[in-house]
Formats: sequence, structure tokens, C-alpha cells
Amino acid sequence: MRFKRSSILPGFWPSFAFALLYLSLLVLIPLSSVALTTASEGWSLTWRIITAPQVLASLRLSFGASLAAALINSVFGFLVAWVLARYQFPGKRLVDALVDLPFALPTAVAGITLAALYSETGWIGSVLARAGIRVAYTPLGVLVALTFIGLPFVVRSVQPVLEDIEQEAEEAAASLGAGRGQTFRLVLFPLARPALLTGFTLAFARGLGEYGSVVFISGNIPLRTEITPLLIITRLEQYDYAGAAAIALVMLAASLVLLLAINLLQWRTRRVMEAPGL
Amino acid sequence: MNPPPATGPSSSKAPSRRELLGLGLTFSLGCRKSAAPRVSFLNASYDPTREFYQEFNAAFARHWRRLHGVDVIVKQSHGGSGKQARAVIDGLPADVVTLALAYDIEAIAERGLVGPGWQRRLPFDSCPYTSTIVFLVRKGNPKRIRDWEDLIRPGVSVITPNPKTSGGARWNYLAAWGHALQKHSGDEGAARSFVSQLYRNVPVLDSGARGSTTTFVQPGIGDVLLSWESEAFQAIAELGADRIEMVAPSSSILTEPPVAVVDRVAERRGTAEVAAAYLEYLYSDEGQRIAARHYYRPRNPQAASEAPVRFPQLQLFRVGELFGDWQKAHQAHFAAGGTFDQIYQRGT
Repeated sequence: MRFKRSSILPGFWPSFAFALLYLSLLVLIPLSSVALTTASEGWSLTWRIITAPQVLASLRLSFGASLAAALINSVFGFLVAWVLARYQFPGKRLVDALVDLPFALPTAVAGITLAALYSETGWIGSVLARAGIRVAYTPLGVLVALTFIGLPFVVRSVQPVLEDIEQEAEEAAASLGAGRGQTFRLVLFPLARPALLTGFTLAFARGLGEYGSVVFISGNIPLRTEITPLLIITRLEQYDYAGAAAIALVMLAASLVLLLAINLLQWRTRRVMEAPGL
Repeated sequence: MNPPPATGPSSSKAPSRRELLGLGLTFSLGCRKSAAPRVSFLNASYDPTREFYQEFNAAFARHWRRLHGVDVIVKQSHGGSGKQARAVIDGLPADVVTLALAYDIEAIAERGLVGPGWQRRLPFDSCPYTSTIVFLVRKGNPKRIRDWEDLIRPGVSVITPNPKTSGGARWNYLAAWGHALQKHSGDEGAARSFVSQLYRNVPVLDSGARGSTTTFVQPGIGDVLLSWESEAFQAIAELGADRIEMVAPSSSILTEPPVAVVDRVAERRGTAEVAAAYLEYLYSDEGQRIAARHYYRPRNPQAASEAPVRFPQLQLFRVGELFGDWQKAHQAHFAAGGTFDQIYQRGT
């Protein structure tokens, strides 16, 4: 097998080289320096740091809440994208603009606002508190913050795809006797699925790295509501660079594995989609 | 919708080339007029000192100009104390640092940027002004909080930042520990159990002091906020005495925020002399009065009359008296596995 298939477009090598250089400068070199800083400390100490109960608890929370938030956003973000792509209604422009708000808002502002809303004295929090549900300063609060910041990633990934689906596809399905549900399940959803997966991945990755908004609503109680980025800051605050790098490395490795797995899944769904005879 | 006119009002907003030229001329003339040589340096400080140093910098600039005919421009950078120290270690070219605790300047000194013995260069261990840790409670003090012992009562909720991420909050922790230690005549076990009980009443550990104040004021969480006295006065002045009030406990810690010249940066930039004079000026009558105006306790008792408030009388203890020094205090309480970690790891 050859390294590249011949293409009618010229300029493969310059653009490939540039892409590689760009990725190295921006991503690979900083990341390898994290690994090197960790290695300077010796692996046994690193292992002790990353298996401390406090770190494990934070990893569970960070990955669990990010995953859950990305799943919630996949369902409801898809719904929002569907509504925006397929229906005309008054105020649609406004709703469309609102979706981007979590992108634009400084994360600390988002965090403080959410904490104020969901604390026991806030508008939403006081209602929920009567039902015995505490949101702010619990793991649930982390989930709320991550859901908030992740929403635009799903909507903005899925929306253009839904908008591009041509009506003919639906008409063809209908004329072949498919019901509405069948059309959605067999025609529309499979077309949007890769984009949905992309949106899910982006929302998930963003949630893992999020710091600014979460620390205001999580309460940062050790072993209960500490997210992993906070523990990294904690280590830095004590001038423990190697310890911070060790925790960062775990996060990096875990994220890399998960992102690779999702990309693999996406690659496979795409291949199935493109397979002849389907 | 009407299309906007192609030319007209919208294009007249942009300055014409001639106007720009004129502006440039005024600028260059303006610069030439002040022929006095100028020197500029950077003061890396922690968050709540912004207003204080703004006023002090102007005063020092006047002083230096009178003395040497040189214009001084002091640039300020503010952030969490530890974050600022890390920035200096990582290469922020700050000529002087004015931080919340000696531990952070010590970290800079360990890497050779500040000379050893920095704390002996200026009077009072290089801490030109002080403060202490007090309580902020809601108007009318509904939970009747008078002293540290009230903070461990069931049903009292205490707001204080995480001492692991906030330098300022380490003072809070040591204040509680020191009070209990003195109360129980030096019994470490009693102090430990007191502080554990206190932190069990803390529902939120914000990452910084500003975050804690926001939590206490904005969503209105908690019955009492542990705060620097200087920031408590500031908060009351900003929010109004009709919402919160201050309670001074019977004893507390003397918080001593230190200052130092970052020798390596100052030598490289040729600012060593002016930077040292800048810090010395903090001890002058004028410097002390400005500190008092911004609610810091001045070292010079006469300057205290300048403060817009009366500083409450309470028994103050120093870090050195009870904890040895900051390195020891940090190792025992805030390092990984220290007493703070133990509070939460005892499985509750």
C-alpha cells in the first residue's frame, strides 16, 4: 500500500508538511513537555499521585459528568437543531443566537450566574430545594454547568447537516411507503449521525477541560465535588509542577483513548454509510 | 428593509487621514514636551490590593519626581497570590512583588530570583502593613456569631476558600487553628478536632477569596464569611452596612503580606534602586496613611487615625509564634497529606 493515493489535486506534500508542523507546534510539543515533566519525577511517585483517592474521585466526577452532559446535549441539542433547521417560527433568529451564548459568555460569568440560580436561595434552586433536590455545590451542579457549556457544540455540528438534507430524500422515502417514523429512523437520522457524533465528542472534550464555570458551582469539596482540573491547579498553587503534570498526563491519556475510540466509531459508521448497495 | 446608504454617515465615523496625521503630531509633540527621563517597572501583587496600589503608585511617582526629576510609571498586575508567584517564576518580568503571604515569595526566592534573606531587608520582616481575619455576617447577626466557637455549632454554615488554591485562605485556616491551639493551651489534637468540625460546616470551598465573597453575597450562601479585615471593610463599604456586618473574634492571626524586590529582574532592567525606594516608601508617613485609608493596619500607629474606620481590638498572634514559619506551617497543614487533607480523608 502506498503512503498516499494519487490525487488530481496538486500540493499534497507542502500542505501535508504544513499541517504536520502546525500540529506539532500547537499540540504535540506542549503535550510532550507535560509527559517529560512527569517523567522527571520518577514513575513510582507519579503512580502514587495519580492513584490517590482524591485524584481518583475527581477523575470519576470529571469523566462521568462530562460524558453524561455530552449525552444529554446529544439528545436535546439534536432536538434544538431539528427545530431550528426544519421549522419557521417567529423569534427564530433570536433562538438561533441564544444557542451561541455559552460560547461567548466568559466561563466565570456563566459559573457565577448558574451558581446563583441553582443555589438554595436562587430562583430555580429554591424550587428544587423544596423537592429535596440540591443542585449547586453537588455533583449535579457540575453536570448542569457542563451541559450548559456543551450545548452549542452539538447544535452547531448537527444543524447544517439537517439543513442540507434535501426534501427529495424524504419524498422518495414516502413514495416507497415509509411512514414518518421510518423516514426519520432510516433516512434522516443516519444522515445526521456522524455530525451528532462529532458534536458529542466536542462537547465531551470541552467538558473535560472546563474549569472556569465549574469551580463556581461545584463547591470544590474534596472527594465529593472536585474536578480534575481543580486538582491540577491545586498542585500548581503549591509549586508542585511535577505533580500537576502527572495528573494532567492521566487526563491526557484517558481523553486521547476516548477520543480515538469515538473517531474510530465515526470512521466505521461513515464506511457503512458509504458502502455500496446501501 | 432599506439598504444602508453606500456612503455618508457610516463612513464619516472613521477619522480621515488628515485627522490621523494631526493626532500623530499631537502625540509626538506631547511626548517631546516632557523631557524628563522616565523609568517604569512592574509590581506583581495579589487581587484586593488594586485600589491601594493605584493610589500609592501616584504618590510614589510624585515623591520620586520631586526627589530626582524622573517620571516613574509603575505598572500593576493583579491575580491570586500563588498565581502571581508562579508567573514571576515562569518569567513575568516583575521588578517587585507584593503578595499575600511569605510562602509565595519564598517560592520565588528558592529559584534564585529573589536573594536569600529578603525578609530582613526591610523593617517588620518586609511586611509594611498588616491585617487580620474577621467574620462577616448578615445584617443583625441572626445566628448570633461572636467568636470562633460559634462557627462549629450545628446549623451554622461557614464560607471560606480552599486553602489549597487560595493563599489568603491559608491565613483563615491558621487563624482558626491558632485560636483553638491557644484556647486549649497548645493541645494539637484539640486544635485539629476544632478545625475539622469547622470545615464540616463549610458547604463550598471556592478557589479564591473573591469567589468566596461572591458566594456569600450573591447567591447568599452561608451565615458567616471568613475574610481579611481589610476586605471585610471594603465589602461593607461597597455593599452597604444594611446587608452585612463585621464581627471581630476574641483572637485571630496577624496577617502579614510581604513585599520584595525581584533582584534578578530589577538588576537586568536597571531598576534596582527605584524598586527598593518604592518598597521603602511603603513605610513612609504617606505610604502608611494610604495603606490605612485602604483598611490595612499600618505599622505606624499614628497613621491609623487616617483610616476611615476604627480597627477592632483583638488579641493577635503571629505565624512565627505558633507555627514556626511559613514553610513549616505549609508542610504540616497544606501539603499533600497535611492536616487539611486529613479532615476530608477521614471518611465523612
